Amino acid sequence: MKTVRVGAGLGFYGDSWKPVAASIERGGVQYIGSDHLAELTLAILQKDRQRDPAAGYTRDLVPMLTALWPLAQKHGVKFLLNAGGLNPEGARDALVAEFAKRGWKARIATVTGDAVIDRIDALRAAGEPLAHLDSGASIDTVRERMLFANAYLGAQPLVRALEAGADIVLTGRVADAALFLAPLIHEFGWAADDWNRLAQGLTVGHLLECSGQGSGGNFNSYLENGWESVPDLGHIGYPIAEVSPDGTAVITKAPGSGGRVDFDTVRQQLLYEVHNPHAYYSPDVVLDMGTLRLEDLGSDRVRVSGATGRPRPEKLKIVAGYDDGWAGTATIGYSWPGAMKKARATEALIRQQLAEAKLAYDEIHTEFLGFNSLLGPLADDSKLDDLNEVYLKMSVRAKDRRLVEAFPRQFPWLALSGPPTASGFSGIEAPRQLLGLWPTLVKHELIEPEVKVSLQETA
Amino acid sequence: MKRKLVDIAHARSGDKGDRCDLGLFAPDAATYAVLKREVTPARLARHFAGMASGPVELYPLDNLLALKIVLNGALSGGAARSLRSDNLGKCAAAALLRMEIDI
Repeated sequence: MKTVRVGAGLGFYGDSWKPVAASIERGGVQYIGSDHLAELTLAILQKDRQRDPAAGYTRDLVPMLTALWPLAQKHGVKFLLNAGGLNPEGARDALVAEFAKRGWKARIATVTGDAVIDRIDALRAAGEPLAHLDSGASIDTVRERMLFANAYLGAQPLVRALEAGADIVLTGRVADAALFLAPLIHEFGWAADDWNRLAQGLTVGHLLECSGQGSGGNFNSYLENGWESVPDLGHIGYPIAEVSPDGTAVITKAPGSGGRVDFDTVRQQLLYEVHNPHAYYSPDVVLDMGTLRLEDLGSDRVRVSGATGRPRPEKLKIVAGYDDGWAGTATIGYSWPGAMKKARATEALIRQQLAEAKLAYDEIHTEFLGFNSLLGPLADDSKLDDLNEVYLKMSVRAKDRRLVEAFPRQFPWLALSGPPTASGFSGIEAPRQLLGLWPTLVKHELIEPEVKVSLQETA
Repeated sequence: MKRKLVDIAHARSGDKGDRCDLGLFAPDAATYAVLKREVTPARLARHFAGMASGPVELYPLDNLLALKIVLNGALSGGAARSLRSDNLGKCAAAALLRMEIDI
């Protein structure tokens, strides 16, 4: 029986591609799906593009494929990557230039049409209010501050790119799992309404889209066989799926790699960033995880079957990002004795300074590193009297960048004139721009006709 | 007898906009039955009162011996605008594992 082997690429912009080489060399993969775009990433790329119109794609693309292509070509492996970001054609041009320099041959496809920032008014004129998905607020409240707006495309344009003979498919925003679902549709010829098979493919994609998190990385267990027992994280193998024509899949990883694929590591990833597990939305199908079966076969192999699919949603999701002001941060440390008492006294002094200087921020957020910066209000405050050290970290938010720049300047006097043992001040970094996200919906018919797939062969 | 969740279960959390979502996993069917009985939306709302401003959703998955938990309004408006160190809610699962339940 024919199986298709798809492997995980990167799980975010900046992730390691070393494990991808192992999947190609020893894991027998035929396709690599690589997810470079978190919700935040398009904002970073937008800033790049404002500085340089040729930029706007993730810069790890060219070094990653330059490192992997000779191996991939030897093993006949194809790539699907959303590294095109806001500029898939620019990404292709950069890659073509690099490959041409090395005399490498490849057929590189781009998928465009997800970016709708220039079509907002047209979409509204066509009857889409583009109101906020959760709050229902009007898009007029953020329209002027909008930095990007992209629809999550499904697998079909990627399938078209593979059918055209692409070795490398570069996309902008697509549903993460589409990078893995597309080669399965292409290889098995699944129909666009074969809901249960598509749901299996979506499950596979979801298990692979976060790289090492699907094979024992970030495994948040303190039981027997918990995170400390996961072997050789330094050489973790990213997850690989061996998929059968009916969609049944075995999740595994490259032989001899680190990490672990078992019932526990797979189910932690299965529910990750899922809202209602009985209605997990994608542009291609809606998945019900309630009927899934995970069977631990041992030796880093878990069989996944039984997904239930329902017809795709009537609308595609758009996420737009808008300028939401500026943030600035300053930290200052205190040692034993009474570290916490001194840090709290300093917080009070800073707030007093701000009030007297009439510096009014939209939000002031205080954390104590070493006590509550990660657990927030759920931190255990019963053991604070005898800490070796603690850092006060204060952050502010304001619409006016200059107001944020003024914030860290309230701190340096504390070194000689505040509570004792102040040390390790930092706060000189430039303010960072904050981003509001605007999720909304749009009819397929308004997006799909604009989606273009084009193919270019390197000389 | 009271036990902390960290000693009987494991968990992972993540973010989507201003929602923090958590998976809580039992090692066996008996523990799963206890989790289903004790880790209720009301109990979760109390536990995360300082963090989540919106309602708590709970989806039991018998096939995975797991509970899916969604905390609405739990990430200060979302990762991209939040001032929190854990802006992605990655440590919310650890906070959940601190919960003490009757077994």
